[in-house]
Amino acid sequence: MKFIGHLDIMRYFQKVMRRAEVDICYSGGFSPHQIMSFAAPLGVGLLSNGEYLDIEVNSTDSSAEMVRRLNAVMSEGTEVLSWRKLSDDARSAMSLVAAADYLLAFRPGKEPEDMEAFFQALAEFYAQPEIPVTKKTKSGEKEMDLKPLIYRLERVCAEPAGECQTATTNCVSGRQLASVFGADRRFSAAAASDGRSLPVIVSGAVNQPSDAVFMQVCTGSTDNVKPELVMEAFYAYLARELPPFAFQTEREEVYADVTAGEDAGRKLAPLDELGEEIE
Amino acid sequence: MRRLALSDEILLSVQQPARYIGGEVNMAIKDPTKMDIRFCMCFPDVYEIGMSHLGIQILYDMFNGRDDVYCERVYSPWTDMDKLLREKNIPLFALESQDPVKDFDFLGITLQYEMCYTNVLQILDLSRIPMHAADRTEDDPIVIGGGPCAYNPEPLAPFFDIFYIGEGETVYGQLFDAYKANKNRGGSRREFLETAAQIPGLYVPAFYDVTYHEDGTIADFRPNNPCAPDKVTKELVKNMDDAWYIEKPLVPFIKVTQDRVVLEIQRGCIRGCRFCQAGTIYRPLREHSLEYLKHYASKMLKSTGHEEISLSSLSSSDYSQLPELIHFLLDEVQGKGINISLPSLRIDAFSLDVMSRVQDVKKSSLTFAPEAGSQRLRDVINKGLTEEDILCGARDAFLGGWNRVKLYFMLGLPTETEEDMRGIPYLSEKIAELFYDLPKESRAPGRVQIVASSSFFVPKPFTPFQWAKQCTKEEFLRRAWLVRDTFKEMKNAKSLKYNYHEADLSVLEGVLARGDRRVAPVIEEAYRRGAMFDSWGENFDNELWMAAFDACGVDPDFYTFRDRSLDEKLPWDFIDAGVTKEFLQREWKRATEETVTPNCRQGCAGCGARVFGGGVCFEDKN
Repeated sequence: MKFIGHLDIMRYFQKVMRRAEVDICYSGGFSPHQIMSFAAPLGVGLLSNGEYLDIEVNSTDSSAEMVRRLNAVMSEGTEVLSWRKLSDDARSAMSLVAAADYLLAFRPGKEPEDMEAFFQALAEFYAQPEIPVTKKTKSGEKEMDLKPLIYRLERVCAEPAGECQTATTNCVSGRQLASVFGADRRFSAAAASDGRSLPVIVSGAVNQPSDAVFMQVCTGSTDNVKPELVMEAFYAYLARELPPFAFQTEREEVYADVTAGEDAGRKLAPLDELGEEIE
Repeated sequence: MRRLALSDEILLSVQQPARYIGGEVNMAIKDPTKMDIRFCMCFPDVYEIGMSHLGIQILYDMFNGRDDVYCERVYSPWTDMDKLLREKNIPLFALESQDPVKDFDFLGITLQYEMCYTNVLQILDLSRIPMHAADRTEDDPIVIGGGPCAYNPEPLAPFFDIFYIGEGETVYGQLFDAYKANKNRGGSRREFLETAAQIPGLYVPAFYDVTYHEDGTIADFRPNNPCAPDKVTKELVKNMDDAWYIEKPLVPFIKVTQDRVVLEIQRGCIRGCRFCQAGTIYRPLREHSLEYLKHYASKMLKSTGHEEISLSSLSSSDYSQLPELIHFLLDEVQGKGINISLPSLRIDAFSLDVMSRVQDVKKSSLTFAPEAGSQRLRDVINKGLTEEDILCGARDAFLGGWNRVKLYFMLGLPTETEEDMRGIPYLSEKIAELFYDLPKESRAPGRVQIVASSSFFVPKPFTPFQWAKQCTKEEFLRRAWLVRDTFKEMKNAKSLKYNYHEADLSVLEGVLARGDRRVAPVIEEAYRRGAMFDSWGENFDNELWMAAFDACGVDPDFYTFRDRSLDEKLPWDFIDAGVTKEFLQREWKRATEETVTPNCRQGCAGCGARVFGGGVCFEDKN
């Protein structure tokens, strides 16, 4: 499925809705379309364990039954994990998206020669007070500072918990949690970095052949940060060219910012925590 | 997860990687090691075109209905992927198992149009199957060709082991059984081909020899093997409702040309247009029953989730239960956001009413295919559409709110005069005037938009025009320019638009359509020089082809720009396509006399197709 572009994924899900006979709402007119929107388009080549789409329906079965019906008509590579009811006045997923988690695994044969040095450099890169980048947009180029938009940048250890041999301060075990599509894993918050090395996640659920980069970045319509933008900036910092196809990137989760009122800071909640199960 | 033949690095560096990964909804999944026969089905064009073809979907589903066969698919890798496969030395693979095509028992290639012939060679070459059947060993797949172009297989004869003449639903089962039996008894490739040659409808070109007269025409064509019959008779489904149809068509991830459910309502045509090959080779007309179509329409909409259903046939208006079918479909799709598409409908009160219910009148256009500009020439080609039909239809449509009209014509038809050519702009102008003469309040606001397109006539085997001389490229262009210039003189020129096709492509198509075995080396030479995807304007290089003709010492004019006498032995004469040569000759004569022949329902013209024992020939009303 990672080779299928966003527009075709939308078409795919439109057909899924018909095959599963979901009582979805249509717009009017001679070419009616389904009321459906995706939280955040996923680029071609990326895997994902956490995609969300909003639809409007006239009626629905229980969440469990709808999940079963949808999965009965899916092709290999996509799986619906949850079906939740949102309130009628809920904002669209797309407008709520604030952040996303990504896992960047080295493709076999593309691992750095010195893994320790790589992550050391990545820690130094992240410790900079500012990370200026030039982002190409539709209307030209835009200067921006990546630093405040990278919420987390961590190292995922290949070895199971307890056997992590790297000399870092924190080892946190990944816990399993359901998201919408794909395998059930997510990365819990690692403890703060000491500035010299990155926090480390040891993930029991992740079967990584080698260490990987985990990042949580600002996502959405205003400051959308793609993981490759971060890696390009890192390689630019190293004064090196980012080798093509070095990483297999996987989106792990998409979050809404649920900060209430004038509260300072940021409170992220996976989109799956919004809405409610239908019994 | 399925293993893919290509790395991410390759897949992510080409356009539309989904063309090469398979995994589509409703794809057949079997264990290849448990199969007696592995069949790779090929449409030699890009995925989006090949996946839109109904015939392949039917055969794919039918073959996979057998427990001993695994049928997979392959399409022409687009030029970007073609380059990578060669650079990286990767053999062409089938989409399902991602295994090399060379490892299959059969490679079946459908031949839907002549301009795909170089792509046939691309498939063989990338698969690393010897291009010439004569060079294939016991380890190579049996290469079998089918589809309309198999009705003159001679230009491709050296590249195929077998051609299947006619409709695929009938004798493949027999062929598979023969293959298994031969394999079990340890028979050779040649022994299998000898068995195949005895199955009705199958032609094994290696078992025939051709000799030529000094003037280049065929002197003799006869079998060189006692297993091969003198005549190969086309295969045909007698009762359409007994034929295999699909309940679960494949649903591609990417948008393909025909991104919809296709419901074949009937096969064949009663009309007998004299230029039309489909109109003869699919004779007699055979309808599906209404009950059958209702069943499959519902099943396929449900199993695919497509947002559109289209009726497929050569002339949908001739389907005897069309109103009942359309009303059923309208009810079926009610409130489900599904569109109905109705191509090849005659424009009349009924079709206008239906069209206004299924599409936005303001955005859609009406299509007429008069094919020729004057009534005289329409009589020559036996196109039973009169100027009155067109003007009445257009008038009704304009009153119904339409203001866009598309007209399709051919240039270079036999006996065409300048008066006939000028008939194209004159008819277009008349339609425009008809619109402006209507009271303003009863027609759409603004201008009428009339788009006339002309293609160049290519004579095809098994049509009454198979003896006709084709125009040269220069003559084609002269005619197109005459039409174009006449359009500019029309009073309502601003409401009229005229397009014409590429002339050199039509000339080459003419050579391949009526070519013989001596054209094969030219196709191979053109391929070696880089010809591929010739049906794609941007890839077609006429000079390259002309150089290939030159290098092979073959004169293209021999095949196109030449009068053929009625007693000349034609390269495809050994095929019995169901209509007699006498009928075709009679029709060719009537054409020159400008005499119309009634359609099959008005009266039997004695074409010969009655011997098949089914279809319109045996309808009560006949």
